Amino acid sequence: MAGFDYSPKVMDYFMNPRNMGELEDADGVGTVGNPTCGDVMRLYLKIEDGTIVDARFKTFGCAAAIATSSMVTEMVVGRTISEALEISNKAVAEALDGLPPVKMHCSVLAEEALVAAIEDYHERSDGRDK
Amino acid sequence: MSVYLDHNATTPVREEVLETMLPYLRTFFGNPSSVHSVGRQVRQAIEEARATVASGLGVRARDIYFTSGGTEANVMVLMGATGTKQAEQRRRIVISSVEHPSVLHSAKELEKRGFEVISLPVDERGVVSLDHARQAIDDRTLLVSVMLANNETGVIQPVAEISSMARAHGAWMHSDLVQALGKIPVDVKGLGLDMATVSSHKIYGPKAVGAVYVRGGIRLRPLLYGGHQEHRVRPGTENPAGIIGFARAMELVLSDMDQGVMDRVEELRDMLEQEILKRIPHIRINGGGASRVPNTLNVTFGFVEGEGLALMLDAQAIAVSTGSACSSGTLEPSHVLIAMGMPHELAHGSIRFSLGRMNTSEEIMETAQKVARVVEQLRSMSPLYEDFTKSGMDFGSYLVKVGSDDEKSAMEE
Repeated sequence: MAGFDYSPKVMDYFMNPRNMGELEDADGVGTVGNPTCGDVMRLYLKIEDGTIVDARFKTFGCAAAIATSSMVTEMVVGRTISEALEISNKAVAEALDGLPPVKMHCSVLAEEALVAAIEDYHERSDGRDK
Repeated sequence: MSVYLDHNATTPVREEVLETMLPYLRTFFGNPSSVHSVGRQVRQAIEEARATVASGLGVRARDIYFTSGGTEANVMVLMGATGTKQAEQRRRIVISSVEHPSVLHSAKELEKRGFEVISLPVDERGVVSLDHARQAIDDRTLLVSVMLANNETGVIQPVAEISSMARAHGAWMHSDLVQALGKIPVDVKGLGLDMATVSSHKIYGPKAVGAVYVRGGIRLRPLLYGGHQEHRVRPGTENPAGIIGFARAMELVLSDMDQGVMDRVEELRDMLEQEILKRIPHIRINGGGASRVPNTLNVTFGFVEGEGLALMLDAQAIAVSTGSACSSGTLEPSHVLIAMGMPHELAHGSIRFSLGRMNTSEEIMETAQKVARVVEQLRSMSPLYEDFTKSGMDFGSYLVKVGSDDEKSAMEE
């Protein structure tokens, strides 16, 4: 109906998003995007000994934006920070069996949200070290 | 049970319409231009259909030209008018900023070809500014094109007033009547139109057929070249089944209106509006302050995005639309809502409900309930809603803030 062909996996992650919500005791939170463009993603990470142990998201955006943010929360859990930073937007899109070309920017946003949440974690822990 | 609330996108073909069409697909296959009786009987049916469409619009049959639909009719008018002798002296085209893409994009092309195009702004209700129209329409104006009813908001435009301005300056007046026909009375003469566009598939007729009314004496330059069909203004073998179905659909939709069908649709639309307002906070009815066609309701739901909302409703068997079907497929929010001064963020969260003759009050109640549930669900995952609830702001001040953020980001671009 929207003129887009979403894969069944995108529709599944949109209709039944995994890890949706806030993490009250998050160690890193990243918010990216711009409401003017119609997409805002917020990623919450719980990090213990350099490993991401939990992740949640909240997203204002289309089905692809919701699905990619949900997917990225699933992909990061259990990975070390440096492993998480290796997750590319392409990998997120591939994990969803692909995205329509006009929606690839959603996967870029998901990658940026991840980087922003990790940066926030580093800033917070730098503060603590001092 | 599925609920279809997207009648401004298209409507189902009525059974009675299909019945009148089938003989022209099955039996009467002749070419209307042939001299023999196989063709002549089809010619006769087409001319009867022309008379029906003309009488529905209150014009002469010979001023009606059948087209492949509303888009072709609009493009024929804009491109055709600028190919006339009058266009050598008159180089200005005036349109509104909320026209259908077929008018907007034709105007853009005409600009490239050296015409001056003035796009009239609308106010926050979506109504074309008469002051701007007065300033824009002058003795150099060739053509003014303003739609009667907007497809996205249903807002009715002051076409008669604009048309008298055009007449005073000797400019031609065209109106896209596609979304008005069958919903409100349409009187081409009363509106003072020189040209008008109508389409079949918005009034329960088949797709890919429409018509353009061109007042006698105006000779548009054709888009197509070929045979003598439609007085050479629109050559090509006619689409008899489509034309005959269109005429039947027009007859039926006008008689429906006489019998109060649209009054009932209006009650249902108002009921949907009330039920949504009752159940869901932080929303805005777009075009609510203006007079609207009776079937259309356009709502902005704060903090959620329209595509997600429409897809979730679709999964629950409710068909609605985000912006216009023509602009979805792009990532730009509705040009109509943006023209009304709506910030992008809110325009992204807008849904159009367009009702039809077969909708019931049960369907409306079901829709209101499901919309409330889905909006709540999407808000629970919206970081914008999280920030809003934590800010303690009220929705009114939020709208002001979003508006000024939007202006800032527009300036940055």
